Amino acid sequence: MRRITKIILALIAFLGIGGILFFLLQGTDIAVLNPKGEIADKQLQLLIIATSLGMIVVLPVFVMLFVVAWKYREGNTKARYTPDWQNNRVLEGLWWGIPFVIIAILGVIAWQSSHDLDPYKSLDSSKKPVKIQVVALQWRWLFLYPDEKIASMSEVRFPVDTPVDFEITADAPMNSFWIPKLGGQVYAMTGMSTQLHLLASEKGDYHGSSANISGEGFAGMKFMAKVVSDDDFSRWKNDARGAKEELNATTYAQIAQSSKDTSPRIYTLTQADLYDTIVMKYMDMGSH
Amino acid sequence: MFGRLSLDALPHDLITIGGAVTMLGGALLVVAALTFFKRWKWLFKEWLTSLDPKKIGVMYLIVAAIMLLRGVGDALLMRTQQALASDASGILTSDHFQQIFSAHGTIMIFFVAMGVIFGLFNLIVPLQIGSRDVAFPFLNSVSFWLFVVGFGLVNLSLMVGEFSAAGWLAYPPLSELQYSPGVGVDYWIWSLQIAGVGSLLSGINFFVTILKMRAPGMTLMKMPIFIWSVLGSVVLIMFAFPILTATLGMLSLDRLIGAHFFTTDAGGNAMMYINLIWAWGHPEVYILILPAFGIFSEVVATFSRKRLFGYTSMVWAIAAITFLSFTVWLHHFFTMGAGANVNAFFGIMTMVIAIPTGVKVFNWLFTMYRGRVKFATPMLWFMGFIVTFTLGGLAGVLMSVPAIDFQVHNSLFLVAHFHTMIIGGVLFGAFAGFTYWFPKFTGFKLNERIGRYAFWSWLTGFLLAFVPLYILGFMGATRRLDHYDASMGWQGLFAVAGVGVLFIGLGVALQLLQIGYSVWKRNENRVQGDPWDGRTLEWAVSSPPPEYNFAVIPEVTERDAFWAMKQSKVKQESFKGTLMVPKNSLLGLVIAVFAFMIGFGIVWHMFWMAGIGLVGVIVCVIIRISADETERALVVDTLAEAEGSK
Repeated sequence: MRRITKIILALIAFLGIGGILFFLLQGTDIAVLNPKGEIADKQLQLLIIATSLGMIVVLPVFVMLFVVAWKYREGNTKARYTPDWQNNRVLEGLWWGIPFVIIAILGVIAWQSSHDLDPYKSLDSSKKPVKIQVVALQWRWLFLYPDEKIASMSEVRFPVDTPVDFEITADAPMNSFWIPKLGGQVYAMTGMSTQLHLLASEKGDYHGSSANISGEGFAGMKFMAKVVSDDDFSRWKNDARGAKEELNATTYAQIAQSSKDTSPRIYTLTQADLYDTIVMKYMDMGSH
Repeated sequence: MFGRLSLDALPHDLITIGGAVTMLGGALLVVAALTFFKRWKWLFKEWLTSLDPKKIGVMYLIVAAIMLLRGVGDALLMRTQQALASDASGILTSDHFQQIFSAHGTIMIFFVAMGVIFGLFNLIVPLQIGSRDVAFPFLNSVSFWLFVVGFGLVNLSLMVGEFSAAGWLAYPPLSELQYSPGVGVDYWIWSLQIAGVGSLLSGINFFVTILKMRAPGMTLMKMPIFIWSVLGSVVLIMFAFPILTATLGMLSLDRLIGAHFFTTDAGGNAMMYINLIWAWGHPEVYILILPAFGIFSEVVATFSRKRLFGYTSMVWAIAAITFLSFTVWLHHFFTMGAGANVNAFFGIMTMVIAIPTGVKVFNWLFTMYRGRVKFATPMLWFMGFIVTFTLGGLAGVLMSVPAIDFQVHNSLFLVAHFHTMIIGGVLFGAFAGFTYWFPKFTGFKLNERIGRYAFWSWLTGFLLAFVPLYILGFMGATRRLDHYDASMGWQGLFAVAGVGVLFIGLGVALQLLQIGYSVWKRNENRVQGDPWDGRTLEWAVSSPPPEYNFAVIPEVTERDAFWAMKQSKVKQESFKGTLMVPKNSLLGLVIAVFAFMIGFGIVWHMFWMAGIGLVGVIVCVIIRISADETERALVVDTLAEAEGSK
């Protein structure tokens, strides 16, 4: 086969792959690239900035690779050939220097964004935050609203444009609490209480899941984050307070058994410090 | 007597039985072939008891190749499951799926990637530094056989019992008795524990070999760059593998005697395990990738017919990467909630590694610049490596920014990233090195045409298999899912990824075909010592090299020692006399049998067996260190040999 035919074939193949991917992606929603919350928005901006900075190195490498490979191919005897040329301080200084500068810039961005987007940092807002305590069970998610005295399973509901303060723990192997549309994830661990602060900027139903393997039922460990208007949220709270099922230490012990049933439920929370008891359960040094 | 072992341990479901039958059938076929061709004695004398690093290197590569087949098979099963499991249960149960991905990761890192690099260390290092052997030939054999024990335990878990379902790094508390009461995690622990000790011993062996056994005149700054990269790698092995041994040991104590290092209760701390395992795990990545960098440096210089550009920069870059790789482990769990200062520190350290890595890429490009580049298959692997590795590196830099990492951590984006680095970096490097050095050890070249087909299959398969995963990660798909809701719209991309695995499988098949065809047509591709117009000392000897490598140890005056000899037309001295080479030893294999008893005994709680194994290992070591005559004399006459081959 002639070289030009091969190149055309390769191009067709790559265009074909690109076409298939494009077709498959039509109408799908790429969560991380289409955020609906303040934190996820900023994380996307960072992603774009960092990618652009990286491209300053990546693009020249690609261009040089193919240009150099073509020009200095064995058959091209006209090209200059310097078999013993082995270093050049200026050039080497350049490629120690330029990446250094780029990484220095990116380092500053990383430092600032680590603090700005620290999941433990409370978000500024004129509205009072909603406090939600999250417990990863085997294999479903339990959400406690200590201030509202309600609780829900496999579905978490909060109002739009309102900061949400999540406190996260586990009564199961380690999980990771992630709602991609709203912002990055944080681990859920036994005997630990981690934090995550999110703010949804648009109403909607957003998928949430566990991002860390936690046993057999892990893949089904999904939940829905329902972001609603203030009015809808109040209405839901009222409904929930009237829920028949009560959640306290006794009933909790039952639902904490391993289960793959992730149908949503609501409870009235009759034990305000339930979350603390779940965390402290693992902190007793003497128990076996 | 039999501890936890009973007939229930035999496989029950069809897919596992199929796997077990395939493995057993393969083993029986080999046994039958050996018997039929009356090759048992040959196998025993020439291979199993050999202390020649060239033989041991080949055996490492064979084990790694078998494991690559199993690893690719596992990958195919996983992607088939995921392509089908949109609102459905697919072909595998959750537990089985989880065992498969745990086995896939374990196999690919510990038995394919590590096997390949140790194989190449054994084959190339002594030759390239102008040495007759490694520093400790017997220890080298023990290392290899411990590696085989790990291989044996992983594969045995397919037939007797089960494998871990806790992921390739088995994070507690999931891997503790409370959540994983079966033998799977124990199989995982003990296969890695035993193979890991072998790796550590190998690391020490090659460290001493490089520092003490170089040819006269080869100062550190005259070493081939591959040797520098191996030096970086073995330094990392010596510092990192003890951490792995200790961590696995603690996890094992938790499981065996009810200790509480990493349990949820009684003061155990699973986060400590995650720190420790990554304090080993991140350097491990560089243990694998540094030698690949070294191979590419040799390949680019040779096929550009030009000196490596920026040798000193390359050495400093390797040194910098070696050091920095111990300062970044926390980037594997920014999401643990360590706080902004800690996360930012480790994020920045991670980015800093991109600088020396970038320097290496530019140096390779400038090695080609003003050269005469011949695009033999090793160069194709190099070109593929630069394209994939640069993109994967970019993905890595993105994830080093903690705030970005929160959004892609543990997603398929991460999976795609590290596969880009390990396949595009380590495996492509190993394939380049394999093709490049193959004629050195066989005396004939691999078929170029099939090699090119294999390369294009691999590259296409790689893109098809992993570009969809980058996108899936952005769509919120986490890793290790055995099923998902159809409403997520992931099925098409999983199917494309599955097709990618098929292409990779085709690539592997073509590579096997390439080897088979080349062996068949070997007389058409016979080569002398130096088929590629090489630059380093391994090309100065015949292909295949004699057992003693060099009859006369060469004097090195500059870098690219053999190139310099060819330029100044130095004639090789002839030699007549006796050389000492190590005697064969069966003890490496015997130690492996006892080590296997330790592992298997503990997995199944047959502690008497583990006890016998431990005593056996100690006795073997005592026998070996009190042996008097471990070498035999070899009469060598290079002139007569040269005459004979004419």
